Amino acid sequence: MRFLLLFSRQGKLRLQKWFTPLTDREKKKVIRDMMMLVLARPARSCNFLQWRDLKIVYKRWYASLYFCAGLEDHDNELLALEVLHRYVELLDKYFGNVCELDIIFNFEKAYFILDEFLMEGEILETSKVAVGVSLEEADTLQEGEAKEAWRPLSAGAC
Amino acid sequence: MPAPIRLRELIRTIRTARTQAEEREMIQKECAAIRSSFREEDNTYRCRNVAKLLYMHMLGYPAHFGQLECLKLIASQKFTDKRIGYLGAMLLLDERQDVHLLMTNCIKNDLNHSTQYVQGLALCTLGCMGSSEMCRDLAGEVEKLLKTSNSYLRKKAALCAVHVIRKVPELMEMFLPATKNLLSEKNHGVLHTSVVLLTEMCERSPDMLAHFRKLVPQLVRILKNLIMSGYSPEHDVSGISDPFLQVRILRLLRILGKGDDDSSEAMNDILAQVATNTETSKNVGNAILYETVLTIMDIKSESGLRVLAINILGRFLLNNDKNIRYVALTSLLKTVQTDHNAVQRHRSTIVDCLKDLDVSIKRRAMELSFALVNGNNIRGMMKELLYFLDSCDPEFKADCASGVFLAAEKYAPSKRWHIDTIMRVLTTAGSYVRDDSVPNLIQLITNSVEMHAYTVQRLYKALLDDISQQPLVQVASWCIGEYGDLLVSGQCEEEEPIQVTEDEVLDVLEGLLVSNLSTPVTRGYALTAIMKLSTRFTSVNRIKKVVSIYGSSIDVELQQRAVEYNALFKKYDHMRPALLERMPIMEKTASNGPTEIVQTNGETEPSVVEAKHPPPVTQPTNQANDLLDLLGGNDVVPVIQNTVSTKPASAGGELLDLLGDLSLSGGTSPAPAPSVPTSQPSFFLDGLTSQPLFNDIAAAGIPPMTAYNKNGLKIDFTFERANPNPNIAVITIHASNSTEADMTDFVFQAAVPKTFQLQLLSPSSNVVPALNQGTVTQVIRVLNPQKQQLRMRIKLTYTHKGSAVQDLAEVNNFPPQSWQ
Repeated sequence: MRFLLLFSRQGKLRLQKWFTPLTDREKKKVIRDMMMLVLARPARSCNFLQWRDLKIVYKRWYASLYFCAGLEDHDNELLALEVLHRYVELLDKYFGNVCELDIIFNFEKAYFILDEFLMEGEILETSKVAVGVSLEEADTLQEGEAKEAWRPLSAGAC
Repeated sequence: MPAPIRLRELIRTIRTARTQAEEREMIQKECAAIRSSFREEDNTYRCRNVAKLLYMHMLGYPAHFGQLECLKLIASQKFTDKRIGYLGAMLLLDERQDVHLLMTNCIKNDLNHSTQYVQGLALCTLGCMGSSEMCRDLAGEVEKLLKTSNSYLRKKAALCAVHVIRKVPELMEMFLPATKNLLSEKNHGVLHTSVVLLTEMCERSPDMLAHFRKLVPQLVRILKNLIMSGYSPEHDVSGISDPFLQVRILRLLRILGKGDDDSSEAMNDILAQVATNTETSKNVGNAILYETVLTIMDIKSESGLRVLAINILGRFLLNNDKNIRYVALTSLLKTVQTDHNAVQRHRSTIVDCLKDLDVSIKRRAMELSFALVNGNNIRGMMKELLYFLDSCDPEFKADCASGVFLAAEKYAPSKRWHIDTIMRVLTTAGSYVRDDSVPNLIQLITNSVEMHAYTVQRLYKALLDDISQQPLVQVASWCIGEYGDLLVSGQCEEEEPIQVTEDEVLDVLEGLLVSNLSTPVTRGYALTAIMKLSTRFTSVNRIKKVVSIYGSSIDVELQQRAVEYNALFKKYDHMRPALLERMPIMEKTASNGPTEIVQTNGETEPSVVEAKHPPPVTQPTNQANDLLDLLGGNDVVPVIQNTVSTKPASAGGELLDLLGDLSLSGGTSPAPAPSVPTSQPSFFLDGLTSQPLFNDIAAAGIPPMTAYNKNGLKIDFTFERANPNPNIAVITIHASNSTEADMTDFVFQAAVPKTFQLQLLSPSSNVVPALNQGTVTQVIRVLNPQKQQLRMRIKLTYTHKGSAVQDLAEVNNFPPQSWQ
């Protein structure tokens, strides 16, 4: 996988993960192109399209949020759909019935979850349970620090 | 200074902004606050501020002033700080900023931290944006962690190692020992990432690949366990156990089995098992099947298995799910070359996909359909494809039209069918046809001698209907110009001849000239067509009038043409019939290459009387040159020709590159003197001086010579002087082969210095038989107006005993009689 983007129907970016180094300009171009291509697709079309030398896989969840991934030639597109699905499940489990607002207000958590699931464009952990456990323990660490400092902060120090 | 606002609050505030300007104002205000907070070096709120900065960065605002703050967070002792700091580093920093190197030490320390989650953060960041320098510094640490028993760290270290290898391939060796027992892990996360690491190493190094082949049995075992094992809630996806791992293993098996009989054999069973037992009701099962099919096709599988794979793809084609149909078409496209017959069986399903509503599927189906066209199914397929061309979206039309032309050219069952097909494309998708198709079509029509009358009639009728599609109009006007006489004489065997008068034809052509729909190029075609008709029609006066009107046209190109045609009427009327004669048959060397004009044997070359009054030889050739440009379409005539091999005739350009400073008299080199145009003169000079091509060989007593003798290949030159033009030497090469193996795909190319001009004719064959059993002959004509010493550089390519051979040589030992 080369990149993973989450954006809304209105063209607002919610998450961007790049697995290859690109300049800011190149990143902006990719984001623009993806939004243009994906948002223009009619409903009920197939979830794949070709863009430059990459295979693009996209899926719409929660009525208005698009998940879009850029794959290399040797990546399995059908499996990529499963990867996107798994990420959604992880988000769902963590936030409990997740919706777009959760991802907007807790974007850093969305990144933490992603980083426990994917790395270097590949799957890091195939077990939902294992990912959940690591996230919980990491969050506990954070809460522990917050309690030590006697600050009435929530699980995010922000 | 009041505490900086919290992240959530900022997000809420920004979302209330109703306009872009309002949002920008809020952002600027907050950035200012954050900047002053950073200046105060406040540890407490740094984390919060950086988080806010990251949010604003995601909205598209610049955030580079936070880069150093991220580093400070990373260096902090608190996990909370580190978490945000590392995230910031991954979002804001990359290898292009020198700042990132400052992280190296922090990461090194954190890789050895006591808390595994800190170590995890460090590995993640290194694996995400680590530059080559960082990777070099820290590879040792990663390798250490790859050997740990902590599976949480081990899996992260594995993917981090993948990143290191991608950045610094030379370090791959260092991870080899750690891979020894990676596959004996029980933890799926470690297994999966290990397979990824092994895949990466095998893809990059053939040695590694050979080394890891011994893992095939182990991989097969793991895969088998996954399939046979019962329900495992942790890894289950719709009833399948860890599909992600299964797919990855299948991919590694593909790489290991490719080209290796033993490994392929070891996998046959498990592949068959997966292919038959996987549940296909959900996408996940099909994902596994898809990967299995790809693997079966790539390794040396037995034919039964291959048939199974293609059948799976065939079933995919009938699946309701669009994604699966798309994936099937993509895979079939990959396999159509190697398993053509098997794919042919599914042809009707594929053709049905042309009617699918989905754009991606249509495109794949179109590509695959063209790949499946062959001599047997051409009629049926073409019907479907033409129907598709009619109804498809504009984005497909250009590609489809080109595909139709290519297919028609290769497999046309009859010339009439071919012309009809072309007509259909031009009339239905005429404006989407590529520009380079026009000269190709013209050349095709020229060569179908018996169809000229039919073609021009149909084109004329099409023009009457519609003059908006430029490629159609261009081809039609060219044809009318060439074959207008056939049109008015009413001879047509193929269909009912129409009654057309000369005036009607000229009306149509003049209509093109004045119409707003015609592009300048089309107008050029029309004017030239009218001019050509002056030798075929009787109403010359009308044509003269039209031509003279355009002598003052605003369009420079039209004006120039008209002026020159006028001159042709006035001063060179005697040359007019010859110059405007029917075009000879053009020989095509490659289906997509530029056309070139070659005098063929027996072609009635006009016996043009040599110019009586003394304009220098260059002047008529100037006009002839222009005419040739106009008449022949666009591509310039390269003089160097390769016929039997399918290399495009732009070999002139190639040779220029390869043969160095001996420039060719091909169309690509600039004319040596301003008045002598490039390649055409040798053609026209011959014509104008009424040379039949193959002269009687009045051997002027020039001795033959051996030009090349190496590796068993001997090339002799024999000379004839082309009477009566003493400037042209005709050289015949005789290539013989004294080795025991034939030399096939034999191509002879030659280049001469600038002051010469050279023409290569077709060789007798491209196989030089072994043991001197025969020779390949080829004729070269060299024009040497300045009587300079003849030098030549030759290039030979051929296949001998399975390997391609190429050689360059200079020939300097020409006998003086050949050029004096």
